Amino acid sequence: MSRMTRREWLARPAIASALGGVLTAASSTAKTASNALTPRERIRARHFPNVPLRTHDGKAVRFYDDLIKGRIVTINVMYATCEGICPSITANLVKVQKLLGTRVGRDIFMYSITIKPKEDTPSVLRDYITTHGIGPGWTYVTGEADDVELLRRKLGFTNPNPKLDQDTSQHIGNVRYGNEPLMLWAACPAQADPEWIVKSISWVIRPEPRTTISPTKGAST
Amino acid sequence: MTTHLHNGHTPSESDGFPCDFFEHGHWYDQHYPNQLAGCLSTHQATGGDINEALSTLWYHDHRVDFTSQNVYKGLAGFYLLFNEFDTGDESTGFHFPSFPQFDIPMVLADKVFDEEGRLAFDLFNLDGILGDRYTVNGKIQPFFQVHPRRYRFRWLNVGPSRFYELFLTNRDDPRARNPFWLIANDGNVRPAPLQIESVQIGVAERVDVIVDFSEFPAGTSLYLENRLKQIDGRGPLPPPDNILPPGTGNLLMRFDVVLPPISEGSQDPATILKYYDQPDATEPPRAIRTFKFDRLNGQWSINGQFMDCETTRFRVQKNSVEHWVLTNLSGDWTHPIHIHFEEHQIVSRNRIGPTPFDVCRKDVTRLRQDERVELFFRFRDFVGRYPLHCHNTVHEDHAMMLRWEITESGDAILVP
Repeated sequence: MSRMTRREWLARPAIASALGGVLTAASSTAKTASNALTPRERIRARHFPNVPLRTHDGKAVRFYDDLIKGRIVTINVMYATCEGICPSITANLVKVQKLLGTRVGRDIFMYSITIKPKEDTPSVLRDYITTHGIGPGWTYVTGEADDVELLRRKLGFTNPNPKLDQDTSQHIGNVRYGNEPLMLWAACPAQADPEWIVKSISWVIRPEPRTTISPTKGAST
Repeated sequence: MTTHLHNGHTPSESDGFPCDFFEHGHWYDQHYPNQLAGCLSTHQATGGDINEALSTLWYHDHRVDFTSQNVYKGLAGFYLLFNEFDTGDESTGFHFPSFPQFDIPMVLADKVFDEEGRLAFDLFNLDGILGDRYTVNGKIQPFFQVHPRRYRFRWLNVGPSRFYELFLTNRDDPRARNPFWLIANDGNVRPAPLQIESVQIGVAERVDVIVDFSEFPAGTSLYLENRLKQIDGRGPLPPPDNILPPGTGNLLMRFDVVLPPISEGSQDPATILKYYDQPDATEPPRAIRTFKFDRLNGQWSINGQFMDCETTRFRVQKNSVEHWVLTNLSGDWTHPIHIHFEEHQIVSRNRIGPTPFDVCRKDVTRLRQDERVELFFRFRDFVGRYPLHCHNTVHEDHAMMLRWEITESGDAILVP
């Protein structure tokens, strides 16, 4: 076989993409280079479908417009009858909520998405909130099954093993935390030490404006 | 961010501890003493043990929870050390090909680009990220013109999650074997060169090789080819059917033997019996500690626990010997495990002694499917806190890390 040119190389389909498992960067809303999406818009297009949802209060909301846009948030998945890791995750996040105090609902918005939306109606979620002593500023959401499944996939609460992925009792136990306008997104185990989770979340809150460069390390953390 | 000098024998405060990160507009001076291990303990008179010399190091961001995205954007670079044996001058010392003309560092990184040609990263991935474009020193599939003589290449895999098995492939003669010489693992020059036809390299590992292009006719092109099959972040498929046929793998770059003949001053590795002595690893350990790497509800754990910056899981006694047993319980997954500060030697894999390839000094050990690997350590010179973690950067960002310390007295927590 003769030597490939550079152009031929670039045109050659990559093995990995044919086998799957690579990031799907494509977005139907992509624009041309002259009218390109901003990085924030691209993250939104990839991960935050603006699906209609219903909160535990029964209020109709859109995921991006009403829950995520412009906010510092935490996101986890759950379902009301889950007896595996959910009770300990919920109890742990209740401690996180208490540590964050009045900032929840004002500076930081906590969201839990049910992955059994057919069972978990707003009233079931309201009962769950009451049972677990969950305070204001932490919203439970449900919706149409397809919309919730899309959200679960886009937010990466998935398992690469298809069998485990369909087993809701094996669901992902992370709590995502992020600052949407600053495009800072990370995750930590929802069963981690509550103080540690609070510290992690605090890292994505915009630091106070500074007038001087501090010579000390990690000054404000 | 926080900058870690990978495999530096560096005091704790300058190690770039993942939780010592600083914000935009701030800075942090690190002190890199570049001292050999043993400088304050076993080899004070000689300023450390020359047999623990370091050569090919690298530095990268290590910010807890954010390392994968920061390194993916490019916060990684080489840090090369030379000494009286690995001199960078082929007329002296071990006579390795001279730096920089014939000694070429190469950063391997697989990337994803979106439809606008911009670098893309999946911020919500928990398992590992594979790219479908292969870059070497930031360029997609470049080429490099060489003279018909020996070159030293330093290959570094910066991930985020791909494992390679690298071959040299002549597409005009794909079945030809094109051996080369392995001279260093993880930047540590080996006891002796080892002739090989391929080499596996996990995230954060380095291999230094010598390739002799005088063995090929003028005009030959050789591709650096990854033939290891990997379809997702879990790691390469298990043997025996995980190696692609020659020419059908990922072509990372091309070497063209087109430059005119030139003088050769480096030594043929075939004539070399020894570089450094392999440091003694027979001293009985003060402690044998066990670490089980697992996946729990999509999160990554070590001994059932998650990363926490504030918790020290165990304490090693300064200037003592330990064995650490790493066990992979996570099914199909492979984890490249990195331990900061002190290098290790592989005592056994699944209770079988080291292969010739494993007789070397390492700072990252690939923990393959269902594998139990026992490591030898000698912790010397400094006290302080360091991390142990998986270097699939997506796994380390999702809690597969722990904090440990070196102290004067140590402890006896054997399953930390």
